[in-house]
Amino acid sequence: MIWIALTVVALTLGAALLVLLLDNLLAAVAAASVVSLGVSVMFVILQAPDVAMTEAAVGAGLSSLILALALRRLGLIRLAVGGDAGNDDA
Amino acid sequence: MTTSIGVIFFIGAIGLSAIGIAGILLSNHLFRMVLALAIAEAGANLLLILAGYRWDAVAPIVTDPRTAHAMVDPVPQAMVLTAIVIGVGVQALALTLVIRTRQRYGTLDMRMARQRMQDDLDAAAGVTPSRSLEQPAGARPLPLPVEAAEAGVRHD
Amino acid sequence: MRSLATLLFLGGLVFLLTILTGALPFGEPPMLVGDAIQKAAADEVGAANFVTAVVLAYRGLDTLGELSILFAAATAGGLVLGSAQGGSNRRPAGFIMRAGTDLLFPLLLVVGLYIVMHGHLTPGGGFQGGVVLAAAFFLPLLARPSETLSHAWLSLVEGLAGTAFIAIGALALLDDKAFLTPLLNKGVLGELVSGGSLPLLYLAVGLKVGAELASLLSRLASDEATS
Repeated sequence: MIWIALTVVALTLGAALLVLLLDNLLAAVAAASVVSLGVSVMFVILQAPDVAMTEAAVGAGLSSLILALALRRLGLIRLAVGGDAGNDDA
Repeated sequence: MTTSIGVIFFIGAIGLSAIGIAGILLSNHLFRMVLALAIAEAGANLLLILAGYRWDAVAPIVTDPRTAHAMVDPVPQAMVLTAIVIGVGVQALALTLVIRTRQRYGTLDMRMARQRMQDDLDAAAGVTPSRSLEQPAGARPLPLPVEAAEAGVRHD
Repeated sequence: MRSLATLLFLGGLVFLLTILTGALPFGEPPMLVGDAIQKAAADEVGAANFVTAVVLAYRGLDTLGELSILFAAATAGGLVLGSAQGGSNRRPAGFIMRAGTDLLFPLLLVVGLYIVMHGHLTPGGGFQGGVVLAAAFFLPLLARPSETLSHAWLSLVEGLAGTAFIAIGALALLDDKAFLTPLLNKGVLGELVSGGSLPLLYLAVGLKVGAELASLLSRLASDEATS
């Protein structure tokens, strides 16, 4: 049990540091959703399933969607390979 | 669950809040400030739920009406439910403001946007802009650091 | 200079939080209100999920405040972004995206309504289900960007749902009780039709949140990608 808690907390803190240190903003949004996922797992371990479901749906789902849509509107999406943001095809 | 797991979770919650607030204070890019705000809110909610935990208790949902089990505190969970939804509302509004700033001032670097805002205000008030050479030398603000002025929008 | 001030402030904040949490009785909280709610909730409110009982019955006024904050944020966001233009002029997405969203739309509707209606029995409720419903209505816009959501219908649903929440709360006033007291028969604990007016309140909340978030998402996703 202690190894699960240690892994989840280390993952969450590492992803939080990555949000501030990464240059690519789309990767920073992905790291923020990993932080939400880690916090949601911690809520499950603390016997709070209602809050875990809300955090997963709102934090890892809706918040990341809103952030990515705002990035597209600002024109700041930059993929690692190739030049501009190709988001027309599936 | 033992005390050491509690200590690990408390370190995680305090660390998340500290990283979030550090991100808001230290970042120069407006979008990264919104991301750091999201992290700080997650840390604060975790701290609230940790305050309601009870040893060897189950979730506050009645599964068997006959047996009575010790349950964790449902009141902080209701508070955090509200706090999470309010957090996403605040983030959405902050992002619309960031989009509007980018449309108006053309940059997302905080210092350059602030300087252009100051120029706008000076032009509207009719005074000489604070950066122009017509001000006495002691009253002029220091120029921006060289990297920020050269590189334009820098992802800090 | 700013980094030094930030480091000092953060050091102080971490020190303060550590001292405060060290003094907390972790694992044995006093829980005066929590214990009273646990003893009384099953008989008074009739909901199996005690968090729902707290959110809707014991602290219903806080939920009304939360709905108002969401409404203010979504309205102000729509105001700042400007009026919604007609759909974006991108090409429709590829076949996988289109087929996937066509299959996901009814699935997400069913799952969202299930979560909303069973909020008083299992973990879930109006806010989680509302988010899933908003995603259900927003996904087809990702696959076919030239379509739009009808903002008139969304505002109508949102307004009616909010009015229904306040109306159900005000009906308790007619019965000489406090605002937002649960009404109707409590039913048997653990059945779908139980908990009095709690499922109706959560249905209103779920529809309101879903309509608000769908309208906000469709405004964010509309065009001007290069501005």
